[in-house]
Amino acid sequence: MSSEQVTGTQPPRVPLYNDPRVRSVVYQLGLAAIIAFLVWGAVSNAIAHLQKAHIASGFGFWNQTAGFDISQSLIPYSSTLSTYGTAFWVGLLNTLLVAALGIVFATILGFIVGISRLSKNWLLSRVAGGYVETIRNIPLLLQLLFWYNGVLKALPELRDSYVVAGGFYINNRGFYMPNPVARPGFGWVELVFAIGVLASIAFYFWARRRQMQTGRQAPVFLVTLGLVVALPFLVLLLAGVPIHFESPQAGRFNISGGIEIVPEFAALLFGLSIYTAAFIAEVVRAGILAVSHGQAEAAFSLGLKPGPTLRLIVVPQAMRVIIPPLSSQYLNLIKNSSLAVAIGYPDLVQVFTGTVLNQTGQAVEVVAITMAVYLSISLVTSGLMNLYNRRMALVER
Amino acid sequence: MTMAEGELAIANLHFVRDQHLPPQAPPVRMTGPIGWVRANLLSTPVNVVLTVLVLLLTFWVVRELLDFLIINAVWTGADREACLVTAQRPEVGACWPFVWERLAYFTYGSYPIPERWRVDVFFALLAIGVAWMLWLGAPRRDLGALYFFVVLPIVSYILLHGFAAIGLPVVDTVLWGGVLVTIVVATVGIVVSLPIGILLALGRRSRMPTVRFFSTLFIEFVRGVPLITVLFMASVMLPLFVPEQFEPDKLLRALVGIALFASAYMAEVVRAGLQAIPKGQYEGAMAVGLSYSPMMRLIVLPQALRITIPNIVNTYIGLFKDTTLVTIIGIFDLLHTIEVARIDPKWATPVTSATGYAVAAIFYLIFCYGMSRYARATEARLRKGDKK
Repeated sequence: MSSEQVTGTQPPRVPLYNDPRVRSVVYQLGLAAIIAFLVWGAVSNAIAHLQKAHIASGFGFWNQTAGFDISQSLIPYSSTLSTYGTAFWVGLLNTLLVAALGIVFATILGFIVGISRLSKNWLLSRVAGGYVETIRNIPLLLQLLFWYNGVLKALPELRDSYVVAGGFYINNRGFYMPNPVARPGFGWVELVFAIGVLASIAFYFWARRRQMQTGRQAPVFLVTLGLVVALPFLVLLLAGVPIHFESPQAGRFNISGGIEIVPEFAALLFGLSIYTAAFIAEVVRAGILAVSHGQAEAAFSLGLKPGPTLRLIVVPQAMRVIIPPLSSQYLNLIKNSSLAVAIGYPDLVQVFTGTVLNQTGQAVEVVAITMAVYLSISLVTSGLMNLYNRRMALVER
Repeated sequence: MTMAEGELAIANLHFVRDQHLPPQAPPVRMTGPIGWVRANLLSTPVNVVLTVLVLLLTFWVVRELLDFLIINAVWTGADREACLVTAQRPEVGACWPFVWERLAYFTYGSYPIPERWRVDVFFALLAIGVAWMLWLGAPRRDLGALYFFVVLPIVSYILLHGFAAIGLPVVDTVLWGGVLVTIVVATVGIVVSLPIGILLALGRRSRMPTVRFFSTLFIEFVRGVPLITVLFMASVMLPLFVPEQFEPDKLLRALVGIALFASAYMAEVVRAGLQAIPKGQYEGAMAVGLSYSPMMRLIVLPQALRITIPNIVNTYIGLFKDTTLVTIIGIFDLLHTIEVARIDPKWATPVTSATGYAVAAIFYLIFCYGMSRYARATEARLRKGDKK
């Protein structure tokens, strides 16, 4: 018998329960069965609960009148006419607004702090380090509550507003500033501005191609400044400044007119930017440290000054290391913007998962929609960052 | 040319110094305190300007902090009157008597006063477990793991929730609050997320497509949405999904949400560690005839977890900070007790909010900074081990 096993061409017979393929199929079927059972149980329980509580299901609520107010809206919204669907869009746009601005500010501040941390100036690097360690180790929610309740809500009342010349008011209901209103003739300025932007983009590409071919540099920055800022400004003056500023008017009970920035928005933007900047600073620092020192030394020995060395040699290489973790910080910022609900900024979670859920009681649909939105934002953002990353990545031959 | 003229010419060509030069100034000192300041603070004009600006900023921040926390602070008083601006005291800093009076509330929430010793015992047991786990040179760390992951949860549950049979009256979780809840939520997250995270990470790297699919789906889904939506899901949808008689109480719902969320993040950390293990380790284990489970348990996971300790601790720091979010779904953690106390009419003054937040900030700062120092020390220790 044993000789048959050794010399036979057949592989040794394994009992069925020891065959890895059979086992793997059994495991997988078992897992799928358990998950299917859990899902079935959850769904049937949910249906029973909802029927008992007489809560409608489905997405019919989308077109019902919302009937509640929203303090900040980028699109027309009225509590008596608009639907839950409109409220959803208001919330989503508010989320995107605060996230977009937060990303810009956090990136600027984060790069400044990150580079400062590597500065040769001992004091500067220590202070930057202290900033990072402190901000990273305090929960964001606490920071938001501090900015909102401790700082912005502790500002003076309307009657005692800080007034800055030119129509700026600061009080515990928000910041108010003059609203620029276009008068006839302003269209020319807009037209020239648009042309300037297009022309400067074209000039940038032309200059880059020429530099690639001939090595001669063109003053891209100055030309862009001239086309985008100086030229429209000139046209503005030529057209007789067709613009006037509508200053906010302080009444007895409120301030009307002008641009109003609600304190909820300011606190959220402040908190998110400052918090995320601490993480971005660490990402930037790690990225710059990842560029080998020889690169900078080689640049110095070619005669480049520290500024161009940083700009042309170190940062482009560091960006390859920085971009993947940076994109995940951006995603964190977008997700963290949902903490708006704690200070009452009308973002997606506050408006939709908060008020709409409470009014309709349709928890499953509302939470599912909210999660789907955040998942799509995450996917789109990481897709864009991957695209950019692929362009920046080292091309290996 | 005569002899004398020649000599004169030579004498004119040569210059013979007949007196000493004045001594040069000594070179710039590059050592000692002055040299250090010159090299690190004042090396270029830009650096001088930066140093001055940063000094002014630091001075301003430190002075404001000292003013608020100590110099202008109110140290004694019975109610809000003590912390109000008066004619004698135009500037008021932190209102410490408020914190002093509410300290027990911040620590235990509404936990019944005669039963608070149970919370103290829980803190002590937890401290022992944490010390046992964190001190890498401690004896019998395997027993420590057993204590931390099995014994401690059971004992704590009996201790905190109560068990009428052994004479501990039941304390409903609605009464729990303050630091107690913060620590409980964080600990449950930590204890649950590591095993589940390891399973999910193994699942994501499994060769079985179904297992891989479900693990990846769970991880990516949870990581793609904000924690607050997971908590909302746990608090409003979980009760719908289970039969009525098992309806979980509010704290348990929050714990489920936090644990699921932390597991997904932990899974990614562990996965990174698994990927860092060279393929030869897997192949070596298989070559000596180990099957999947012993290979993972004896060869791969010990190495993978060892190199991920710093990242695991960093995940715990994030988790510890994220526990504040349970405030939003109505759990009385430390932040929530402060939110309640600061608007209490007995103490409400313009400085009460800032005082409460300062206390919370110091609490979180100490814990999170401590954990991050630990992570860094472990990292350094591991690097030293790898160099050998």
